Amino acid sequence: MNTWSWGYVGDILPDLLKGLWITVQATLYGSLVSFALGLVWALALRSPSRRLTWPVSIVVEFIRNTPLLVQLFFLFFVLPGWGLTFPPLATGVIGLGLHYSTFTAEVYRAGIDGVPAGQWEAATALSLPRRRTWSAVILPQAFRRVVPVLGNYVIAMFKDTPMLAAITVGDMLFQANSISAATFDYMEPITVVGVLFIVISYPTSLLLRALERRLVR
Amino acid sequence: MTGALWELFFQGVWITVQLMVYSAALAAAVAFGIGMARTSRFWIVRFLSGTYMEIFRGTSALVLMFWLFFALPLLGWQLAGVWAGTLALGLSYGAYGSEVVRGALQAVAPAQREAAIALSFSPWQRMRKVILPQAVPEMLPPFNNLLIELLKCTALASLLSIGELTFQAKLARLSTGQSAQVYGIILVLYFVIAFAVTRIMRLLERRAKASVGRAPEPSAGRLFRKPSAAGREALTTGGGRP
Repeated sequence: MNTWSWGYVGDILPDLLKGLWITVQATLYGSLVSFALGLVWALALRSPSRRLTWPVSIVVEFIRNTPLLVQLFFLFFVLPGWGLTFPPLATGVIGLGLHYSTFTAEVYRAGIDGVPAGQWEAATALSLPRRRTWSAVILPQAFRRVVPVLGNYVIAMFKDTPMLAAITVGDMLFQANSISAATFDYMEPITVVGVLFIVISYPTSLLLRALERRLVR
Repeated sequence: MTGALWELFFQGVWITVQLMVYSAALAAAVAFGIGMARTSRFWIVRFLSGTYMEIFRGTSALVLMFWLFFALPLLGWQLAGVWAGTLALGLSYGAYGSEVVRGALQAVAPAQREAAIALSFSPWQRMRKVILPQAVPEMLPPFNNLLIELLKCTALASLLSIGELTFQAKLARLSTGQSAQVYGIILVLYFVIAFAVTRIMRLLERRAKASVGRAPEPSAGRLFRKPSAAGREALTTGGGRP
């Protein structure tokens, strides 16, 4: 039975914050990848050609319904064999982005479908060209619905980044593990990591709820 | 791929399914307990259950799992790996599920509650005979999504050296060196389990809806998910509405 030592917490905090920086980087880059790739999936699934929508929906469902951790292992162990060697962080970002893109695709779809049919009809009645219909009528309205939900997925992704420790990315959990392996004291490092996650994700989610109230009316 | 390897995989599938069922049972108990507490008349009950939900939704399931496995023994409780995994998944998915339960309870028409009061049902009878039978069918589709998320999270238990599917894959990779085949196969196995789970949940939903005289939502015609990822929204701390 050991007791909590604040001195030890002070000693390990710099290393954990270094890990936090990696965690934040992985989340930011991962979200960018997922936002872009999700848009690709969403647009492909809206295509009238079934020859395009079938394979895309199978790929999307497959990625969405299988574990991110296994996908990370797949990328980490298999890609180098195909001659694609990335640093661990880049592999992690690709994995996170790919996995979450299947969820953001759904968000975009719901956002676009949520625009009332009257808006499409009005754009047709004004004989706006297709490009203008999208850029001036549909997307600005879809945007308001989409942003808060995307924000929620960024938080979810943030909480999934500790999985990257399993493919040797030096994130917070990785740092906590290597400190604990050296000192045999797991209590402080892992507790601090858990608390840091709550301290960051809870205020962010409060902000998002406020944003949602402003945007969605 | 030899027969011995397949045997390894099927052992892994069995442990994965067990892990999923046990943690889902714990998560369901937590979700109903916390979800009902969140609709309580007393502010202190609402506050405490809300705090539980925010804490367990705010942190990462993997970190919680590591904490239960590595840090808790230092306080004097040594958990076997399987229990640390079950507990971590059950507690965090219980927190996600409590939001589904609360939403479904509050979505029951107020007149139903008033009618039950007028018939002088006790609060417990009211919940059991009037509110829950109408709320449960609404919970099943989001619970399905959460169950798939839970299944995906059982892979985390491999990091505690529990012999479930992902861990067996690691062993298979080390012994054969064929990473692409091994991980490809287990991804397909996970997909098959997820498909089976969805079919079972759709069946339960149809039954539950029929028992209160409602038709099930039509399937979207996609492979097996409904288009609204409604349950997934509850997964994120914001709990944003779709």
